[in-house]
Amino acid sequence: MPLDTGFIGRVYPATQPYVVSRAKIAEFADVVGDDSPAYRDVEAALALGYPDVIAPPTFATIVTLEAAYAVVHDPALGLDWTRVVHGDQRFVYDRPLRAGDEITVVVTVESIRSMAGNDMIVLRGDVATVQGEHAVTSYTLLVARSAADSA
Amino acid sequence: MSLRPVFADLEVGQELPAQNFVVTRETLIRYAGASGDFNVIHWSQRHALEVGLPDVIAHGNLTMALGARYLTQWAGDPGALSDYGVRFTKPVVVPDTDAGTTVEITGKILELEGDSRVRIDLTVTSEGQKVLTQARAWVHLS
Repeated sequence: MPLDTGFIGRVYPATQPYVVSRAKIAEFADVVGDDSPAYRDVEAALALGYPDVIAPPTFATIVTLEAAYAVVHDPALGLDWTRVVHGDQRFVYDRPLRAGDEITVVVTVESIRSMAGNDMIVLRGDVATVQGEHAVTSYTLLVARSAADSA
Repeated sequence: MSLRPVFADLEVGQELPAQNFVVTRETLIRYAGASGDFNVIHWSQRHALEVGLPDVIAHGNLTMALGARYLTQWAGDPGALSDYGVRFTKPVVVPDTDAGTTVEITGKILELEGDSRVRIDLTVTSEGQKVLTQARAWVHLS
């Protein structure tokens, strides 16, 4: 059953604030073996012009993916999340996230379309500090494969 | 600190050096913890097989993160990305071996804008398959 296109433009309430920590930034950078000092050393970050250690570019996924999944599980939307795969991901940056940022995500349903029985939904996640400074916008395309396909 | 590229020396069509990244089961466990994405297909072979996958697969966003590392390392500035997007085309299959699998990344300059903006197209493969497509970024060289 195709998704209700009436959900296009729907804005979900801001997520609970998430505080970006130096420890979490270092943990995230460690996974991809990125030893850039700007992720760990405040002095190095200051030398590059940042007020504190900054987060790797895809760090925002910690908050945006969870926010997107909350929408996917919205029973009113009626998406069968067991058939959902992550199709595309894009981040547009105003500035890197950094230690000390207290951030929330506001998710907007950007588009919904059906193609060959697959439902495709694009969720925009605006990541901003609780003071209202915008940092990153995430665009997540989720694809719910048609039930016929997976049979 | 890597040597930073000089904008005036760059040309459209120029290839950036290839880089290989090893991804093992340990990488996936660590990424799950770091990102909070605990989807079972990224750590349980049993669950992965149940949903028709050949084995445990890497988080798409982990592969994307490797691309980000590749780009920021080339730029010499971890805050250099202004826009970065990818399409997850094929899964990165990660066997339960010490060697895991390898993700190979190369880049090519698509466009130069103003006096500092570089559009880069990434080619990201694993086991000879393109795992990301339309992997493109705008990098701001400071």
